[in-house]
Amino acid sequence: MDAPATEPDAGIAAGSGPLRVLIADDSDSDRLILKTLLTRLGHHVLDAANGHEAVALFHSGQPDIVLLDALMPAMDGMEAAREIKRCAGERMVPLIFITSLSAAEDLARCLEAGGDGFLSKPYNRVMIEAKINAFNRMRLMHQTLSDQRDLMHERNRKLLEEQHVARRVFDNVAHTGCLDAPNIRYHASPLSIFSGDVLFASPRPAGGMLVFAGDFTGHGLPAAMGAMPVAETFYGMAGKGFDGADILREINQKLVHILPKDMFCCGMMVEADFELGQLNVWNGGLPDAWLVRSSVVLFRLSSRHLPLGILSTDQFSVEMETIRTLPGDKLLLMTDGVLECSNEAGELFAERGVRHAIEGLSSGLHPFDALMSEIRRFTGRQKFRDDLTLCCLEMFYQEGLAALPEGTVPSSLAGPAEWNCVYEIRECTLEKFNPLPLLLHICMEVPGLRRKSGEIYTLLSELYNNALEHGVLELPSEWKYTSEGFCQYYSERAKRLSGVSDHYIRFSFHHEPMHWGGRLRIICEDSGQGFDFQNHPALQSMEMEQSGPRYAGRGLILLKRLADSIRFHNQGSRVEISYDWYF
Amino acid sequence: MVDIPHLDEEALAELRDVMEDEFSLLIETYLTDSKERIERLKEAMMKGDSDAFTKAAHSFKGSCINIGATRLGELCQKAETAGRNGDLNQGSPVVDEISTEFQRVIEAFDTLMVRDVG
Repeated sequence: MDAPATEPDAGIAAGSGPLRVLIADDSDSDRLILKTLLTRLGHHVLDAANGHEAVALFHSGQPDIVLLDALMPAMDGMEAAREIKRCAGERMVPLIFITSLSAAEDLARCLEAGGDGFLSKPYNRVMIEAKINAFNRMRLMHQTLSDQRDLMHERNRKLLEEQHVARRVFDNVAHTGCLDAPNIRYHASPLSIFSGDVLFASPRPAGGMLVFAGDFTGHGLPAAMGAMPVAETFYGMAGKGFDGADILREINQKLVHILPKDMFCCGMMVEADFELGQLNVWNGGLPDAWLVRSSVVLFRLSSRHLPLGILSTDQFSVEMETIRTLPGDKLLLMTDGVLECSNEAGELFAERGVRHAIEGLSSGLHPFDALMSEIRRFTGRQKFRDDLTLCCLEMFYQEGLAALPEGTVPSSLAGPAEWNCVYEIRECTLEKFNPLPLLLHICMEVPGLRRKSGEIYTLLSELYNNALEHGVLELPSEWKYTSEGFCQYYSERAKRLSGVSDHYIRFSFHHEPMHWGGRLRIICEDSGQGFDFQNHPALQSMEMEQSGPRYAGRGLILLKRLADSIRFHNQGSRVEISYDWYF
Repeated sequence: MVDIPHLDEEALAELRDVMEDEFSLLIETYLTDSKERIERLKEAMMKGDSDAFTKAAHSFKGSCINIGATRLGELCQKAETAGRNGDLNQGSPVVDEISTEFQRVIEAFDTLMVRDVG
């Protein structure tokens, strides 16, 4: 907070103090009368006998008001007026011509030279006082206006500067994550420094990606405020292995708590599993997302939920739509800034525009580029009226782990080295709670394991999902890998989960230091019946025989690749793995 | 023209009010100034410089009006108009009239100042 600069002539600003008045007249007697009149009125008078003197006195004396005789020797009043107005620049110095001229064109010439008014001879005390006061009011009003304008410019400059600084902090929190990954294209054009649109992407510890797009009500700074907690929640939870549903629930709860009643956030959460070729999408209030294969629109993922920040946790649904994809499929998601672009005729781009861009796609052109150029072509020179965000996520084939950056260099001294831990979840908690982030967190206390968070997460999630889906729920895994079984698998999974009783899944951890680093042993047990693998027709190899059909497919391959040893007991309802890490 | 007084008593009363102690200085200044202006008028007429003539007449007119020398002011206006029309031949008799009237003004001021002192 800066104190306002002290106004040096505060008395004059109030209209009561003396003014510095410059008078110029070549007639000594007239000058004497005028000077005496003004002095008697309480003003300070600077007097000049010709134009040259007047200009010089204007420079040295900084007068508030100038009274000039129009016709003078040695630079006449007109010329002096022009010079004085030029020197005054932005400063408003009322310039009054003293004249006995009466021809309209002469008077007009005075005004053209910069004169603000006239005073005629013979002098009249009352008139002079009234004129000086009137012009002083004008001067003060002008002064006030330009002071306020300067203040406004200054405030605006400061505000912008502060916003730029705030923007840097904001960008550190609401960073773009892995938006620069080769399979993502995006465009974000905020209306102001801050955007009410957000777009985040994060790799998942066990592979795949999470993408979140959001559009807060309004734009600029107020809209951007809500983006900070959303970003923190998204990146924090995604990195710890929480799934999209958990993150949505958390974001919704936070926003309900912090946003004012008339503010909310339309959003979309996308879970991309590149290995399975699967997308899970939750859309709450954003325009349809379009799944495009070459130039064909395969799916439109419409909003099925209210925006975030409205419903209480118990009313809030995180149900996602699941779709199968092939490598090369592209998901286009956008905020309503895209649909609300308008052309010069005021027509909206709308869904028609999106469809037109995609379906008119010539081969080889990326739908993102096609849509962007279509938007630019459509809007022409029109400015966008809202924050506009467009993102394209391409599915590609990826096996196993995402390339997560390794964390800090481990130290054998820091963190727990020898420990045991048993964690068991039971009954309806199996339906409602995902224990993986917590279990990962426990393991990550060991610095040597922290670098391997992706591998550990994968091990844990394979063990857990297997115990839950095949052990507890007894879902046949082969369903998952055929397109007919796919839908059945997921609907059956949800149905059986809701009816779980007398079941548990138990994780036992044991970690011990080794001279090369450390060894983590994980035992995962479930209350399922196991499987009568002796009589199962699918058994073909020793490995399958050993594991039971529950570990057929990619899960076994993945576990075998990551762990140093795996042992199956009780038809697979008890799995022991051992994982070594090295300094 | 005849019914216009040499000095406007009312205007002079107001000037005296404004000028207070400096009233006599003002009159002296005016009279000195005026002699010079009449010389300038004559000079311009001799040279046939109608522009200088007009300006001098205009300027002289202003101070005459201010000081209350109303009739002299009217004559200056006449000279200014002649100068503006570029007709210095017509200016010649006016300058004579101005000189004569100026003598009357000097006398009137003398009377006024004597009356004042007395």
